[in-house]
Amino acid sequence: MYKTYKDLPAEPVASQSTEDVMTGTWRTIRPVLNQDKCIRCYMCWKFCPDMSMTVEKEGDYPSVDLDHCKGCGICSNECPRGAIKMVREIL
Amino acid sequence: MIEMMNANHAAAHAARLARVDVAAVYPITPQTTISEKLADMVEKGEMDAKFMLMESEHSAMSALIGASYVGARTFTATSSQGLALMHEMLMWAVGARRPIVMPVTARAIGGPWNIWGEHQDVITERDTGWLQIFCENNQEVLDTVLMAYRVAEDPEVMLPIMVIEDGFILSHTVDNVDIPTQEQVDRFLPPFKPEYPVDVDRPMRHGGLMMPDWWTEFRYLIYQSQEVARGKLLEAEKAFEEIFGRSYGGMMEYYKCEDADAILVVAGSAAGTAKEVADRYREEGKKVGVARLRVFRPFPSEEVRRLGEMARTIGVFDRSYTFGDGGAMFNEVRSALQPMDSIIKDYVSGLGGRDVTVKYMEWIFDDLLRIAAEGKVDRTVEWVGLKDGTERW
Amino acid sequence: MESTETTKRYKFTIPKEEYLTPGHSACPGCGEPLAMRYLLKALGPRTIINVPAGCCAVIPGVWPRYGVKVPFVDHAFECTAAVSAGIKAALDKKGVEDVTVVGWAGDGGTVDIGLQALSGAVDRDTDFMYVMYDNEAYMNTGIQCSGATPCGAWTTTTPGGKKVQKRGKKKILDMMIANGIVYGATVSVAYPDDFIRTIRKAKDIKGPKFIHAYSPCPSGWRMDPRKSIEVARLAVRTGAFPLYEYYDGKFSFTKEIKKRKPVEDYLRLQGRFRHLTPAQVAEVQALVDREYEALVAKVGASGR
Repeated sequence: MYKTYKDLPAEPVASQSTEDVMTGTWRTIRPVLNQDKCIRCYMCWKFCPDMSMTVEKEGDYPSVDLDHCKGCGICSNECPRGAIKMVREIL
Repeated sequence: MIEMMNANHAAAHAARLARVDVAAVYPITPQTTISEKLADMVEKGEMDAKFMLMESEHSAMSALIGASYVGARTFTATSSQGLALMHEMLMWAVGARRPIVMPVTARAIGGPWNIWGEHQDVITERDTGWLQIFCENNQEVLDTVLMAYRVAEDPEVMLPIMVIEDGFILSHTVDNVDIPTQEQVDRFLPPFKPEYPVDVDRPMRHGGLMMPDWWTEFRYLIYQSQEVARGKLLEAEKAFEEIFGRSYGGMMEYYKCEDADAILVVAGSAAGTAKEVADRYREEGKKVGVARLRVFRPFPSEEVRRLGEMARTIGVFDRSYTFGDGGAMFNEVRSALQPMDSIIKDYVSGLGGRDVTVKYMEWIFDDLLRIAAEGKVDRTVEWVGLKDGTERW
Repeated sequence: MESTETTKRYKFTIPKEEYLTPGHSACPGCGEPLAMRYLLKALGPRTIINVPAGCCAVIPGVWPRYGVKVPFVDHAFECTAAVSAGIKAALDKKGVEDVTVVGWAGDGGTVDIGLQALSGAVDRDTDFMYVMYDNEAYMNTGIQCSGATPCGAWTTTTPGGKKVQKRGKKKILDMMIANGIVYGATVSVAYPDDFIRTIRKAKDIKGPKFIHAYSPCPSGWRMDPRKSIEVARLAVRTGAFPLYEYYDGKFSFTKEIKKRKPVEDYLRLQGRFRHLTPAQVAEVQALVDREYEALVAKVGASGR
């Protein structure tokens, strides 16, 4: 998008989203959700610092956004039913 | 309407006429009466601005950056320690491209304490990217604040501007000042319309972390804007003259410089003294001229080189000392004259409120004429007025 | 499968709309993006945030990207509240009344270097919300001790652990109350519903508001990122970080803990406290007890 100084806005303003930064490449462990145990309380969605445990609408099971999940494990720790296991990534 | 007033009140009137939206102030001698006058005008309903009493100069500049982002026309004034305290935010204001206009009553920076007029505080800020304009008299202060808003807010410039009054000399001495009408100023100054305002309907991030891959290019844009500002300053002055009937000679005012043997470059109120001496010397057949350096940033390199064509011997008056190979103004003039065959000398004087008397100026012009005749300089820097037991001045 | 039973049972108890985008640069398990996420869920899009140097200057990405969906103004370290005040003054002048101005700074940027500007803005009754996200040290520069670092904590500048003293962290909320805030509260990322409720309540109160947000830092506290929320919850449950509010001259608990857990449960999970001897842990417990009892007394005196 920006090739030379002539393409730049006159002020240092940023307006592109960070969504194309693939922070998923950071992780060494990955959450795996077991839907049989999941009670759809949405604690995992609530506590994800990376908005990477996504739920389309109420009633859906959550799913992991593997492009962005950093593998912090909060979702696994907070799940009241132990429905999320952290699994080693294949590096 | 002509009234007797000092430069501080003139600056305050200019802020009122410019329809400043937000003024954030903090007291410091000799600027304080600007804030007091603003307070008075706001209280009486003569000025419709948000008047913020800040807890420090650093906070004052910070508040204005925030306000300017939303699209407010902003104003503050400071001096010396206060200017130094806001140094970090002066640099931020440039990087953030905020067109803040700030009169500075130039004063010495301690320690030890000295509250009187000198250029050290503003010269110290020449690296920030602020435009800097030195005024010779109270009228020029009022007029320059108005012209500054027009130039600063130009979308091709968008840089803050310092309007410099010599501390105590201009800030506190009274002179005739013609206060323009609101109608005249409204014709001269359009409202402030930033291109990237902070706006909830158009969210973006302003001033966020910039990596090495693009920093250079954004700094280059600032450099380009400073260059464009040269033309904009001249345009603004022309438009000003059409409405108000006054002008100041652009970046550098040449006074009796044609056919001169020696010319003194001087900024601020001391130029007035120099002109008076030059008048008398010219009557006596001594061919001297005064080049009043009005705009210091961007530096008037072309105008200085034109000087070099008018006379071979150039003296530079430094009302500060920055401990280089000579003072700051001297070095910048010498640098611009570098391709020419000039003889240049630095005269440091008027520090910490020391009066630049007619006698000092006569000594300087005599010295310059002697150098012009001999064709060479005796020393790079002369501290004029120094109590060195020689009784020269 | 969609049924009335489904929609009745499976609910988002906090607003669904996101104002932060993934792909930001926070450490895994960082509390700060959660804190800002909850703040913006509570305040909505008519919000302007200004942020000084600190983790939050780096977390939302680098130019030309940014990970927040409201206007975001960066500036130098010590002037958060001053910039907020300037933004608010300009909005007032322009007649814009329904935009919330939030000064969002870290603990170092508030209780140490940002104190002067904060004091001035509060003293002038600036109508804005100041949120201090507290990860208890200068984390962005690599874990140095700040005025909000708790007693006993290891940091790079207190390698032997910050000396346990008569008082713990700087009592910034008390200082702000004396300074003249109209509303103050502590919030924690472990209690999102309470966080959002508190912010919403604060939003509707005119005047300077101070929110002290607890934000766990797995990197700086030397702990497993998995435990980030658990540690934050234990901070509340042990009384190390009580959840309370101040409004209209009165103190009240937003979450009263009748039977506090021993503070050791909280300290044990964090590497920054690993070096504490049992005697020092007892000193920390005594400090927590003293301060919690003082808060209970204040709440009692408020008649709540």
